[in-house]
Amino acid sequence: MQAGIVSYGAYVPRYRITPAEIGRVWGSDGEAMGQGLNVHRKSVPSPDEDTITISTEALRTALVRGAIDPQQIGAIYVGSESHPYAVKPTATVVAQAVGATPNLTAADFEFACKAGTAAIQTCLGLVGAGMIRYGVAIGTDTSQGAPGDALEYSASAGGAAFVMGRDHIICAVHHTLSYTTDTPDFWRREGQRYPSHGGRFTGEPAYFRHVTECAHRIMEVAGTEPKDYRYVVFHQPNGKFPQRVGKQLGFTDAQMKFGLVTPYIGNTYSGAALLGLANVLDHAGPHERILVVGYGSGAGSDAFDLETTEELAQYDRSFGRPVQYYLDHGVELSYAVYAKYRGKIHMGEA
Amino acid sequence: MTIARFWRETPRRYNLGGSKCTNCGTVYFPPRAVCPECPAHRQTIEKMVPFQLSGEGEVLSYTIVHEPAEGFEMQVPYVLALVKTQEGPVLTGQVVDVSPEEVGIGLKVHATFRKLREEGRAGVIHYGYKFAPTEAPDTAMVPRGPAAVARTDEAPVRDRAPA
Amino acid sequence: MREVAILGIGQTKFGELWDRSFREIGIEAGLHALVDAKLSSTDLDGLYLGNMASGSLIDQEHIAPLILDYAGLGRHHLPAVRVEGGGASGSLALHQGYLAVASGLYDYVVVGGAEKLTDVPDADATQITSATADHEWEGVFGATLPALWALVARRHMHDYGTTREQLAAVSVQDHRMGSKNPHAHFRNQLTIEQVIDAGPIAEPLGVLDCAPFSDGAAAVVLGPLDEARQHTDTPIRIAASQVACDTMALQHRKELTKLEATAIASQRAFAQAHRDPKDVRVAEIHDAYTIGALVSLEDLGFVEKGRAGPEFATGRFGGGGPLTINPSGGLKAQGRPFGAVGVVQAVEIVRQLRGEAKDRQVAGATLGLTHDVGGTGATSVVHLLERAN
Repeated sequence: MQAGIVSYGAYVPRYRITPAEIGRVWGSDGEAMGQGLNVHRKSVPSPDEDTITISTEALRTALVRGAIDPQQIGAIYVGSESHPYAVKPTATVVAQAVGATPNLTAADFEFACKAGTAAIQTCLGLVGAGMIRYGVAIGTDTSQGAPGDALEYSASAGGAAFVMGRDHIICAVHHTLSYTTDTPDFWRREGQRYPSHGGRFTGEPAYFRHVTECAHRIMEVAGTEPKDYRYVVFHQPNGKFPQRVGKQLGFTDAQMKFGLVTPYIGNTYSGAALLGLANVLDHAGPHERILVVGYGSGAGSDAFDLETTEELAQYDRSFGRPVQYYLDHGVELSYAVYAKYRGKIHMGEA
Repeated sequence: MTIARFWRETPRRYNLGGSKCTNCGTVYFPPRAVCPECPAHRQTIEKMVPFQLSGEGEVLSYTIVHEPAEGFEMQVPYVLALVKTQEGPVLTGQVVDVSPEEVGIGLKVHATFRKLREEGRAGVIHYGYKFAPTEAPDTAMVPRGPAAVARTDEAPVRDRAPA
Repeated sequence: MREVAILGIGQTKFGELWDRSFREIGIEAGLHALVDAKLSSTDLDGLYLGNMASGSLIDQEHIAPLILDYAGLGRHHLPAVRVEGGGASGSLALHQGYLAVASGLYDYVVVGGAEKLTDVPDADATQITSATADHEWEGVFGATLPALWALVARRHMHDYGTTREQLAAVSVQDHRMGSKNPHAHFRNQLTIEQVIDAGPIAEPLGVLDCAPFSDGAAAVVLGPLDEARQHTDTPIRIAASQVACDTMALQHRKELTKLEATAIASQRAFAQAHRDPKDVRVAEIHDAYTIGALVSLEDLGFVEKGRAGPEFATGRFGGGGPLTINPSGGLKAQGRPFGAVGVVQAVEIVRQLRGEAKDRQVAGATLGLTHDVGGTGATSVVHLLERAN
């Protein structure tokens, strides 16, 4: 493919909360919940952060690292299920904030947790067709789970930005394909504050079926087997599903290690697979093959057969923070302050 | 609703777009139409060019605000600072991602992009610059179990007078 | 330009005047001043009214003819002008009145200042009064007026070693003086510990480092000095009236811990009056925030830069010495109805120079100074008043 990844950046907010603390408030054994989900802590955005600010920080990092002139960006797409506006794209504010306006196209994507990977596919098309020089795909979320619900233990905030281009590609895209069906495993109706989900239905018929099918299909097209990949990244709503699907498909813990970030920052939804990929790229060397299989409820899976290039050795990541920094650092909040920051406390406004 | 008044400033508030006098080289933020430094002010009209600030700077002075400005209620207590940028201009803004005890005169900071306020639940959201420490704070978390690190919900430490 | 005298003074009580409207307090102060000046309202040539934020506070702009009208003079068709300069509005009105009489175009004018701050909730008052700083580049980014002064305080402490206790000493003295002032908003006394332990507003400033939001009005009658004896046995000459401005935002100042506008206005005033700071026996300075009082003491020329903290803490400005500061209790204890402050400062100095200040009297005062500030120092106004022979 002519188009590939030329730069990337990530951002996760500073605050954290543990499953033990959440469980304490709801009368559950939070520690056990955390172990069951393989989530040790999740990230919490400050009151002054949202999908727009997180996306901007991630993209600013990507542009500096890749020494990319923002005026050369032809498209910005932001995938999220927590856009600050239902109508007025996150991408327009991000475009202004990085100095990319006015000569570009922009739009927001929604496909639950795979909105970011869908945006990557679109950019690959525009760049590959020669329509634009650089295309930006961002996956970011500040999603919430209903108070006391299982999802509250994992729903977190973070995002990653990927810039697609034709020159100085640091990670080539050999193949991409998707597997899409109408499957109501997890959804949120317009106007509802929190999503709903089908409980155990979100497992086999949803996440596992789509990820597995999509993974098989891309390896078939690419003519590869799991052992051909140095790293693999799956969508990761918790720290258990990706481990299980990885084993089912024949991948090892070592291959999955860097791509699995949810245990340390929670499920960043549209950011999850992209943050996993960013962490892999932070650790990878040149000529290493990477398989990424994202998933979004509703449902669909996007897969990418990638390979790092020689250019990765010259890629300067000193600007911005590595994903590992966010996995290892944070400031813990009590449930009370977390609830305040997440707007869960009734302020009595008109 | 103050739509136009905020929208008009986005190149300044989002991008730190300042101006520079081509006569004497002084950099200004916010941008100026006339150079206050040049003795012959009138001659500097149309000699001011756009100049992008990098956002790098250091804290000149700071305070911890308990009675907030409108829109900042959820962030009390917050740190407000005067930040001297590398290029010269001094900006007023919050310092975020830091505990109040960690802020001091001389702290190196860089500009980040944050929400300033919103016009209620249905109104426009206003974004702009705030400052975060340039050096990564050491807030390492224990990999498993309850993390034994600084909790931010404790009562804010009362500022102590300098020794 | 002819010499101008203050012929009469008047003020309302300062405080939370729930039962009094803006119109009522405006005319009360003015009528007292006219009576004190033995001036009939038919001899009046105009009104200058200092007010900072009537539009935001009471939904009423265009308040000068309003006060003129409710004082019964609407159909006399006098000129009435509102003057605004943040917290310095009152002094600026005095400056305009002075210029009017000095020019010879008007003979007798009333200069008033009035503000109603308690008709809105405190949070709104904070926001409204913070509009006297740079709204777009300070306010929008989270700065309130006390927060900006706190930035000055922190830097002053860093550069000169000024302590928290030295800041607190300003409020303690103000309250001691204010306890003797029947018009004062606060008449209780304070200790250093109480000021330091009071709830924080913007550290290092706490509730008791900041002047209150008060309602109140004050007025003076101005006239030509050479006709003054027809109205009063104790005419007070305006020896100097000077205004200086500076950059709007604190971030654009040359020096964070110096109010350049105050220094310049002070220098110009002493030059105009052919006097020196050491000639001043009594001064009403702008102590909206304790740090403001200390910095002003330096920039007015009363103490060396950086030394106001230790000097003030000795108590030498608290009565019995060569210079007494804020015998009225200042903005902190007498109160802070923004637009009235500059005028009530003149009222107090006139009382002192006339020898009418009772148990607040500064002995032998013949030269007094008033000092008013708008915002964080973008406007500064200095008046020198002298007992006329």
